[in-house]
Amino acid sequence: MKMLETNNLSKRFGKFTALDGINLEVSEGEVFGFIGPNGAGKSTTIRILLGILKATSGDAKMFGKDAWSDAVDIHKRIAYVPGDVNLWPNLTGGEVIDLFTTLRGAKITEKREQLIERFDLDPRKKCRAYSKGNRQKVALVSAFSSDADLFILDEPTSGLDPLMEQVFQECVLEAKLAGKSVLLSSHILSEVEKLCDRVGIIRQGKIIESGSLTELRHLTRTNLLVETKERLSDLEDFKGVYDVVEKEEAVTFQVDTEELDHVIRHISKFGILKLESAPPTLEDLFMRHYEKKVENA
Amino acid sequence: MYTQLFRGTGALVKLLFRQQRFKIIIWLIAIVVITLSAASAYPTMYQDEQSRQAFALTMENPAMQAMLGPGYELTSYLNSVGTLFAHEMLLFSAVAVAIMSILLLGRSTRADEEDGRTEIIRALSVGQLSYLSASIIVVVVTNLLLAILVGFGLLTLGIEGVDLEGSMMYGAILGMTGLVFGSITALFAQVVETSRGTSSLAFAILIISYLVRAIGDVENDTMSLFSPLGWGVHAKVFMENDWWMIILPILVSLFLLGVTFYLNAIRDVGAGFIPTRKGKKHASAFLKTSFGFVVRQQQVMIISWIIGLFLLGASFGAILGDLETYFADIEFMQAFIVNESGNSMTEQFITLLMAIMSLIGTIPAVMVVLKLKGEENKNRTEHFYSRAVSRTKLMSSYFLLGIIVTVIMQLAVAFGLWLVGMTVMEDALGFGTTFTSAFAYLPAMWVVVGLTVLLVGAIPRLTGFAWGYVVFCFVVLYLSGILDFPEWVNNFSVFEHIPQIPVEDFSIATTTSLIILSMLVTLVGYIGYNKRDITG
Ligand SMILES: Nc1ncnc2c1ncn2[C@@H]1O[C@H](COP(=O)(O)OP(=O)(O)OP(=O)(O)O)[C@@H](O)[C@H]1O
Ligand SMILES: [Mg+2]
Repeated sequence: MKMLETNNLSKRFGKFTALDGINLEVSEGEVFGFIGPNGAGKSTTIRILLGILKATSGDAKMFGKDAWSDAVDIHKRIAYVPGDVNLWPNLTGGEVIDLFTTLRGAKITEKREQLIERFDLDPRKKCRAYSKGNRQKVALVSAFSSDADLFILDEPTSGLDPLMEQVFQECVLEAKLAGKSVLLSSHILSEVEKLCDRVGIIRQGKIIESGSLTELRHLTRTNLLVETKERLSDLEDFKGVYDVVEKEEAVTFQVDTEELDHVIRHISKFGILKLESAPPTLEDLFMRHYEKKVENA
Repeated sequence: MYTQLFRGTGALVKLLFRQQRFKIIIWLIAIVVITLSAASAYPTMYQDEQSRQAFALTMENPAMQAMLGPGYELTSYLNSVGTLFAHEMLLFSAVAVAIMSILLLGRSTRADEEDGRTEIIRALSVGQLSYLSASIIVVVVTNLLLAILVGFGLLTLGIEGVDLEGSMMYGAILGMTGLVFGSITALFAQVVETSRGTSSLAFAILIISYLVRAIGDVENDTMSLFSPLGWGVHAKVFMENDWWMIILPILVSLFLLGVTFYLNAIRDVGAGFIPTRKGKKHASAFLKTSFGFVVRQQQVMIISWIIGLFLLGASFGAILGDLETYFADIEFMQAFIVNESGNSMTEQFITLLMAIMSLIGTIPAVMVVLKLKGEENKNRTEHFYSRAVSRTKLMSSYFLLGIIVTVIMQLAVAFGLWLVGMTVMEDALGFGTTFTSAFAYLPAMWVVVGLTVLLVGAIPRLTGFAWGYVVFCFVVLYLSGILDFPEWVNNFSVFEHIPQIPVEDFSIATTTSLIILSMLVTLVGYIGYNKRDITG
């Protein structure tokens, strides 16, 4: 079953087109990573899914219901954590967590205490006295203590220290084990790489790539380092070979995964002494898409 | 060392002027235009001795002195139209200038600090005291400008008795009142941690100043001099022109600003002097409902207003006794003010009082509803709308509280007036009459609350218009007699349609139509709110 689905979703703010035909899907039990440069439209998409913004055209559905008109019903089954958590200075963290839970129409459980402990939060402090990371913890505790079916997390860890980041990742994995679904927007690629089953990349309001990490890797380059008996020649002229750098004995370069076979056949003619290959990181994938923006412009 | 502390002040002054230019321009234009047009109406209204004598008689009674200040000797009124104008206009104009200064300074000090703008600026190569200095300079310059515009404006009108010295003094009184209340706000901004707390405290001081002066002007002039609003009305502008009443506020402001700078220098950005205590670990059952939450966020503000309005009502109640004796003493007064319906002068006075009080009581109700927009601006409504709360439900919590506040405010005024009036009057006010005359205004107040819902719901960029409308109603109420607005302009103020109980009879027709009107505007607000994008 589809937990979340958008169909040709567009949003304009006046003349500015923030989203231009977005198609997204998150299935049950799946952790979906949503990445893209600043201002790409991640938060806008999420706000439409939450029924806070109204789509200009196209539709957004959660649990098969319309995100705008059935918002209240849908929200009983979701938990949302914004990147910028603004809280009321005169309420304590504990009061806010309780308020959030009842606003979802849920009961307060003992999970609340456990999470407060795990995230090392002082619930008796007034929100005005919390740091950015601590305000985020309030939202995270409230989200993960709920029994939501779908978690929508918009850059939820931008203020957390590495230790807390660890706790956050555990929480997501526990949710996943319990069969919940997650939409995670993030700029921290290692986090996405560790947690997500599938990734969607958005740029300038368009989804430019989406699929499982393995599928996406397929589209990227492999880093190679080779040492040969004879001196390698003609490498630059090959299709799909980039960034050739000659070091004392060895040569390093990148190859498009599709062209790998071709290139290796060519190299083998020179007598291979040493061959190292490194898988592409999400970083490489990401950079490649971000750079395109510069090329296009 | 000293230049280091104030580095970059010039650039910040420009920045703040840019941010607040519309507000400043609108305030200046409004005050100057209203002052000058009112002033130019006086010579024609009071051409002969007889009309001035009638004016003197009306103004001489304690209620008027409490409302408008001590006034002048009869000979002053006869010799100079300026004195009539000053007696009727000076105090309320000064209050308007005080409100302007409180709002401007509250914005650029605590509110900017609360929203983190001050922090960004302080991280630049800018002195520790520069932001505060810039905020103060902006308010000082605005008030100076106001003093000059009003002063020279009055002079150019060439009204009898409005000479160079008097005009300058009139302008200076307004400007200096602004300066004093600006300084008070700046001081509170150092002590309290929130911008709401800052401006609420400053407004509380404004109300207390008014009350101290009101009681002082009736009972004891020296007491009046303990109130910043008392200084202006005791300066006898256009007659004696007591410049000490200008020097005094300057000295007081300098002192307050000195303390402000000292406190600012020794405290941290974002902090105050009232420390935060640890709070509760769990939310109470009340807080967990959206209505309970809305009440909790505004309860301090609402309670302060209840106390303020009760005290205002009580102060006027205290004067009713004097008023009664006064009217009894001067029997021939009755001949002057024609009274067909057989209502006592006290009752007539109460109708005017209730109209003003209802407008004042509308202010907290508008604040309650506007808070919804404030929450949206601070990205805090998304906490509700990303959970199982509908827009209708959250808006209803604010709307309902707004309606409740209007009822409570009218109760507070009527109760204060009746309770104290009862103890000081021989022929006491009827309990029923007092409360009916207060409640008769509720439908008008609800229209304004509904209008605010409409703005927040359907035209969120123009929420400031709600205040514009309140001010408009006030101007119509206060000045329509002097400025002679066309009837259709007056009709735009819903408060003009309310029957003035006990002088007039209660009207079912007007009441029902106003209630229907209030429901209609509210409904449009709800529809708009359910359709629009929420920004945060
Ligand atoms: N209310 C609005 N009015 C006008 N433009 C808006 C509004 N909200 C967002 N935008 C624009 O829409 C675009 C997408 O913004 P969005 O907040 O969705 O980006 P994002 O992908 O979340 O970026 P980030 O990684 O910085 O959080 C931006 O260019 C932004 O300026
Ligand atoms: Mg974002």
